[in-house]
Amino acid sequence: MNFGVIRFPGSCDEVDAVLACERVPGASAQLLWHGDRHLHGVDAVVVPGGFSYGDYLRVGAIARFSPVMESVIEFSREGGLVLGICNGFQVLCEAGLLPGALLPNVELRFICRQVNLEVVRATSPFTTDCEAGDILSIPVKHTTGRYYAPPDVLQSLDAHGQIVLKYAHDGNPNGSSNDIAGVRNEVGNVFGLMPHPEHAVDELSGSTDGLKIFTSMAHADA
Amino acid sequence: MRARVLVRPKEGILDPQGVAVQRALPALGFEGVANVHIGRLIELDVEDPSQLEAMCQKLLVNPLIEDYEILGDVPA
Repeated sequence: MNFGVIRFPGSCDEVDAVLACERVPGASAQLLWHGDRHLHGVDAVVVPGGFSYGDYLRVGAIARFSPVMESVIEFSREGGLVLGICNGFQVLCEAGLLPGALLPNVELRFICRQVNLEVVRATSPFTTDCEAGDILSIPVKHTTGRYYAPPDVLQSLDAHGQIVLKYAHDGNPNGSSNDIAGVRNEVGNVFGLMPHPEHAVDELSGSTDGLKIFTSMAHADA
Repeated sequence: MRARVLVRPKEGILDPQGVAVQRALPALGFEGVANVHIGRLIELDVEDPSQLEAMCQKLLVNPLIEDYEILGDVPA
């Protein structure tokens, strides 16, 4: 499994994402430059956290039109696995690869803390190493993390099993609709979440639960 | 042509910035203020105003969460 992690101007979590991917047994990872249309034959794409293109206009709005994203959209249409973390989630929503949008946190504050996530769906390629009902301890750090989708879309997400992760134990930090922390597309090969699994891959930082997202992707690809 | 695009949070979507400002005003003695919403003003010179609608749909606005209004030919 060779992961490709995109680096936009303003990305800040791409190096941690590479390190997380490299912790998956047998996997390798490389950075993909935003201005390069070529995905260099990677098996999966990670769109990392940060502030792509300064997040000007709206979060993710400009990055969504970068050359590399054209190829990522094509890659996803062919069934390739695409993981969007935080700003990457926002980019995938703006690109129309995932339903909904991310809005400013209800409290308007930057939130940086460990949260508990409930695995709602363990059948997605991003959570096969989990069991439904598992609680994952993973940090969030964002100002614009309130997941929003209109009521009919929320209903459809629920009906199609697209809600993969929820904030657990009444711990919704940002006012997200239905406590949603991560959603996938209808086909299941594109997944975005606001929490940062790449920051929870070593006991030193308090949890290794985030690693399960990356190992699940490798198992899905195998 | 100088054009102006007004972007507003879509009706019914919680706008915490508006709420915060609405709460701040009475503290300064301004009573009777309701329904404060904070959006974005985009001003641009365009050669072909017929493209404004497409610009809004593609980049300037996220129609899922925002409404917009195009005001053409405004004073520079």
